[in-house]
Amino acid sequence: MAKVLWLAARNLARYWRRTLLTSGLIILGVVAVLLFIAVSGSFKGLIVGQITDSMLGHLQLHRRGYVASIDNLPLNLNMKPQAVAAADKALGADPAVVAWSPRLKFGAMFSNFTETTSIRLNGVLPEREAAAMPMLARRVVQGSVASGLLERGKVLVPEILARGMKLKPGDTVVLVATNLDGSVNGQTFVVQGVLGDVTGPGGRDGYVHLEDARQLLRMTEAEVSEIAVRLKDLGLLPQAKARLEEAVSGLRNPQGESVLQVHGWDQLSPFANIARMIDLLDVFIRVMLVGIVLIAVMNVMIMAVYERIREIGMIAAIGTPPRRILALFLAEGALLGLAGTLIGVVLSLAAVHALNVWPVHFTFGRDQQLVLAPSLAAGDALVVGAIVVVMAILASLQPAWKAARMDPITALRHV
Amino acid sequence: MMNLGPDPALVVRAQALSKTYQAGALAVPALREASFTIERGSLVAFVGPSGSGKSTLLNMVGCLDHPSSGKLEVLGTDVASLDRRAAADFRGANLGFIFQDFNLIPVLSAAENIEYPLLMVQNRPPAERRARVMELLEAVGMREQAGKRPDQLSGGQKQRVAVARALASRAKLVLADEPTANLDHDTAYRILGLMKKMRDESGTTFVFSTHDPKIVNEAEVVLTLEDGRLVGNEAKRHG
Repeated sequence: MAKVLWLAARNLARYWRRTLLTSGLIILGVVAVLLFIAVSGSFKGLIVGQITDSMLGHLQLHRRGYVASIDNLPLNLNMKPQAVAAADKALGADPAVVAWSPRLKFGAMFSNFTETTSIRLNGVLPEREAAAMPMLARRVVQGSVASGLLERGKVLVPEILARGMKLKPGDTVVLVATNLDGSVNGQTFVVQGVLGDVTGPGGRDGYVHLEDARQLLRMTEAEVSEIAVRLKDLGLLPQAKARLEEAVSGLRNPQGESVLQVHGWDQLSPFANIARMIDLLDVFIRVMLVGIVLIAVMNVMIMAVYERIREIGMIAAIGTPPRRILALFLAEGALLGLAGTLIGVVLSLAAVHALNVWPVHFTFGRDQQLVLAPSLAAGDALVVGAIVVVMAILASLQPAWKAARMDPITALRHV
Repeated sequence: MMNLGPDPALVVRAQALSKTYQAGALAVPALREASFTIERGSLVAFVGPSGSGKSTLLNMVGCLDHPSSGKLEVLGTDVASLDRRAAADFRGANLGFIFQDFNLIPVLSAAENIEYPLLMVQNRPPAERRARVMELLEAVGMREQAGKRPDQLSGGQKQRVAVARALASRAKLVLADEPTANLDHDTAYRILGLMKKMRDESGTTFVFSTHDPKIVNEAEVVLTLEDGRLVGNEAKRHG
């Protein structure tokens, strides 16, 4: 094999300008694909990280039917203490779970005594929420979280509301909520801080202490609307979700269905569709790479065979086995692909490094000054490299087959 | 009818050898009922004008083409029955070829061109290849040009390399199609002299086709073809 590769390399060097042009095209394709993978992966990771680490968690547990009505924040679909206990037990036993935070979600009227508007609120246990949502504290753009994410009697107000109602930390506001029985209750709160908005569900919600929420709603039982769960790693989501579904399936409603449902972040956030679109684009760009390699290499190899007909006739005449002639031309195609891949990967690594040295800032929705930190996984480079080399070999197959099947007499007579 | 049996003194035995090509509905006979033998270690010329059938005959003896009818035995093997792959193996193991246009591989040096059949056809180990290439470069007087590529060599030098390449695999029979056609007379005679020298040293049989009467005189056996018929089989004496 080494001698075939050696001769193939010499043959490629024979038409070095053409080899350079074809390799250049392959390099361009490899760089385009790998940069797209690196940048889109970074973008996805950044946005998904924001969503999961500051709002949704990696997955959530709800009472059956709650998510279908989640826009209404239905208090009648909260999880009862028995279900919460079952969820706590399942979460505590799962090796992938690092933290979870019970939330009581409700809508309220929000007043600064001169203006009134509506607000969506999360009643949370501050330490549990901070553990499950490590980026939440970083969203506090005004006020302090030095003494904890949230104190009793205080509220974290979304920035859009604070700006519109000219609120600042220390101001007093009134929250008025309607409980499950339809009775209305109001309570004053002090603004502890202002939360920067993020794109996605819950990105413009306010926060109060869970006990304050229950008091405001005159809740007699320790109900929660959802439990947000943080896993050790986002990649563990499918397995953890399956395990939790199994673990809580013992608790059933009169219809025999599991009372609790487990949802991944991707089932709760519309960004999951954007992520899927990015994945689809990734597939498209790989298909384009396949096309580039196929056309470029096939073109070169057809030309190579056409230009060397007499030479092929000679090597066939002196007894070179057809399989070796086939291998020779396949090796030429494979080397073209391999060279393009290696140079392309090196250039991509350099470009990714450059993007980290001189970072690119961008805006996504209301999130400004997001910084891309692209990285290139060895697996991605290997997969792209394998695609290119396999396609290069496939593209060489027809010309190589033609060369191997060539009649020596006809080939030697070729002018 | 001639009975083809093993005879170690003969490298080629042909009996009633014919080749007909089909040009559409038209059958074009290229060789008709040719019977002859070639002795081991001889220098044989197929002569005749263009279209007389000498290249066809050379191709069949070289296992590059099959006869339409008749029997052909090369080095004791009935080559008419060999399939494509077996014919390639047979050529690689037993035959050497020299071409009118030299057909050296342009990206390889003179030494690498000579090494090619040892490397790509016979899979010889590196030490054996090196020794054989040096031996042949010396024999054809091309040692000084070992590293030069074909485009840096003269026509005569290219054909010397081609002769060395044909002999590299220790071919028992070397077939040369118009080997001197692209050379001036002095160079052509030197190449024929080289072939004789190599024949004398290695016992290899050389068969070449030509239509140059001056070159024909150098052959020891002359098979003359006209319109596909073998019309002369003349053995000559050389001093």
